[in-house]
Amino acid sequence: MSAAEQVKNNPRMFISGNEAVALAARDAGCRVASAYPGTPSTEILEYISAYPNLYSEWSINEKVSLEVAIGASLAGSRALCAMKHVGMNVASDALMTQTLIGAVGGLVIVVADDVGLSSSQNEQDSRYWGRFAHLPVLEPSDSQETYDITRFAFGLSEQYAVPVIVRLTTRICHVKGLVQLSTPQIKEGQKFNKDASRFVMVPGNAKQRIPLMLERDKTLANFSESCSLNVIEQGDNRSVGFITSGAAYCHVREAFPDAPLIKLGLSHPAPIELIREFSQSIDKLVVIEEVEPLLETELRAAGIELFGKDIVPRIGELTPTVITPAIERLLGKEKSIATIGMTDVFPRPPTMCVACPHLGIYYCLSHVKNTIIAGDIGCYTLGAGHPWNALDTCISMGASLSVAQGIDKGRSEEDANKNVIAVIGDSTFLHMGMQGLLDITYNKGNITILLLDNRAVGMTGGQNAPSSGIDIHGETTIQVDFRKLCEALGVKSERIHELNPYELPTLFKALREEVKVKEPSVIITNQPCVLTERYAKQPPLTVEDDKCTGCSNCLDVGCPAILVTKRETVVKPNGKEKELSFVKIDTAACTGCNLCINTCAPDAIIPLINVDYINAMEVK
Amino acid sequence: MKPITNIMVVGIGGQGVMTAADIISQAAIMEGHDVKKTEVAGMAQRGGVVTSHVRFGEKVLSPSIPPGTADLMLAFEPAEALRWVTHVKDQATVMVNTYPQAPPVVSIGLFDYPEQPETQLQSHPIELISFDAGSLSIKLGDRRLVNSIMLGAIAKQLPFSPEVLKAALLTRFKDKGEKLLALNETAFKAGQQASQLTPRQAK
Repeated sequence: MSAAEQVKNNPRMFISGNEAVALAARDAGCRVASAYPGTPSTEILEYISAYPNLYSEWSINEKVSLEVAIGASLAGSRALCAMKHVGMNVASDALMTQTLIGAVGGLVIVVADDVGLSSSQNEQDSRYWGRFAHLPVLEPSDSQETYDITRFAFGLSEQYAVPVIVRLTTRICHVKGLVQLSTPQIKEGQKFNKDASRFVMVPGNAKQRIPLMLERDKTLANFSESCSLNVIEQGDNRSVGFITSGAAYCHVREAFPDAPLIKLGLSHPAPIELIREFSQSIDKLVVIEEVEPLLETELRAAGIELFGKDIVPRIGELTPTVITPAIERLLGKEKSIATIGMTDVFPRPPTMCVACPHLGIYYCLSHVKNTIIAGDIGCYTLGAGHPWNALDTCISMGASLSVAQGIDKGRSEEDANKNVIAVIGDSTFLHMGMQGLLDITYNKGNITILLLDNRAVGMTGGQNAPSSGIDIHGETTIQVDFRKLCEALGVKSERIHELNPYELPTLFKALREEVKVKEPSVIITNQPCVLTERYAKQPPLTVEDDKCTGCSNCLDVGCPAILVTKRETVVKPNGKEKELSFVKIDTAACTGCNLCINTCAPDAIIPLINVDYINAMEVK
Repeated sequence: MKPITNIMVVGIGGQGVMTAADIISQAAIMEGHDVKKTEVAGMAQRGGVVTSHVRFGEKVLSPSIPPGTADLMLAFEPAEALRWVTHVKDQATVMVNTYPQAPPVVSIGLFDYPEQPETQLQSHPIELISFDAGSLSIKLGDRRLVNSIMLGAIAKQLPFSPEVLKAALLTRFKDKGEKLLALNETAFKAGQQASQLTPRQAK
């Protein structure tokens, strides 16, 4: 097929970096793909799941996900697993051994760094894992490169029998650009060739593999010097030149269209000699990298003079707005950019959805006194915010249970009477929480556990998990029985309650009783995430104006559909001032979960009975 | 290289900001431009601030629109228009849906909703076009139609024919049933009319 024919047969697509990874996997003949959802990487597996000839799964966690991909690679198939940066920490145990074994079928690990923390508990630079695990790191800078480089990664992995990291960042994953696809490959699986000395990493065998790994480092470093992904772009002006990679390349190129630069598509091992030669023709060499000064440190160690994080921020995304002033300062040409003055507008932090089943739980938690509450990773982390303020810790995925156990065991006399509570979602519990529960029961902790089973990975958009009873393809599968699971992990049957989180009195009663019991208890809530199809909307509610007393109890629920219409300050008979907030319900947003009805003393909240209007809202 | 057109679409999670940006992008692609689109959406589905950046021209490099350089802004909520007006350049057109949506932090009294955001916007050197697309969408039967109404309203401000934008919108809905297609076409037209009837407030 001629190039022109190919272009005609494969029209350009306007796609995100994540979709480009998915298409690249498909077109590279990848046969197995796995992930646990995590922003900004989530969509990769969602797209892949649509391809019929490629096995895909939501794994329980990233370590399992990587191990599935490793197994497929060892069995001779091309395999991909995708994760966000914090997921790589979880997967790292498998990674550090797999690097000794190497790949058989192409093994590509796509890691998406949430630079700037749009929804993460920390900011990390996953390029470190390439150095740590002696693996090549590829860094695309836009959707087209993401497609091309991911395809390249499978070949590279097979050529050098090495797992390959494709490192993405927020501004790659979630940027749409035009992509020209190339002709798909078909890769059949190969026969599994038993080779215990290579695949069984007992100490004797592993020791033999370490020198081979170090030899591979050298080979890859040589390869990097001439790799077509490491590109020199000669510019006109030699006063400043750049070494850059990934999304930062686009920002640098935009800010300095005429500057000479090297774009590293294969950034580890870095092509040191190529860069050294380039640096000799440049007055001031600047390394622009997101986030950590990795290349900078390596190049400095190689004796190349340059600027880096001493002039460019180490935290957050690097955009032209950030890069330009830094370079202008370096060149002594600083100028201020005139923009329209800032306006001070209220913050709009993320909040729980209208009618979210977690609203009732946090309403209860915020009304139960004398507590220490360990939280976890998911939508329900938002319980730390207003109006609930009902979380005291949040560390890492699955940590609520083990952190609560530590708080229980390590508490001082002063906290002796406090109730220690752990809050965890269903998917998070399965991801890493089960082990914590076993620790609590085994070591006789006194924790009340709220297992918020909304049958989905809510935070990332309601993906399926073993709690859904549905897999990535929407097919029915096993559904975890949390009661039985908790029993198996050592919780007494009578200490396990399964409750409807919209029934506030029952929830309060169970919580108040269980915090008094000096042994592990689990309260499982059982209503689905409102983002999923399993959630059934009810007719919306409204407020009878003449009945609302302004008590503002309903506002404590934190439902975004409840709005204040007017505030008044009144003086009570005892002379104290009280602020009243009169409310209305945004009926177009309300789904009639009835939580606010439960909190309304004057019974001012009633269902909106207006059939025509409801029908109108049903237009799909 | 020829200058790039920068369009900001701003609003809050669930309003269809990203879909609107996608449709504008598709229209630009149909016009033969290189296009990049991104969004800065911290947990968008959780009611947070959402901004989408659309950039098109001969060749687009960075996906982000630097402050003070947007040629056009489409704001789905008045307070969000005020928050992001720093991103538009002088004399840029800012199209605002005046239907306010206060978050829980405002409802519980921690912060105030800005007083008369449109009046505050008028103090900036922009061309302001504002109308209540929110109420209009509810009148048409579904608040999700705000999206198509706002696209209709902005259609004349783009550097290509309104018909191109309309075609991009209708392509998006062509597989979703006759009823929804017709409804969105109506909403687009309603937006076109509404913006024509609205006096421009230029500074």
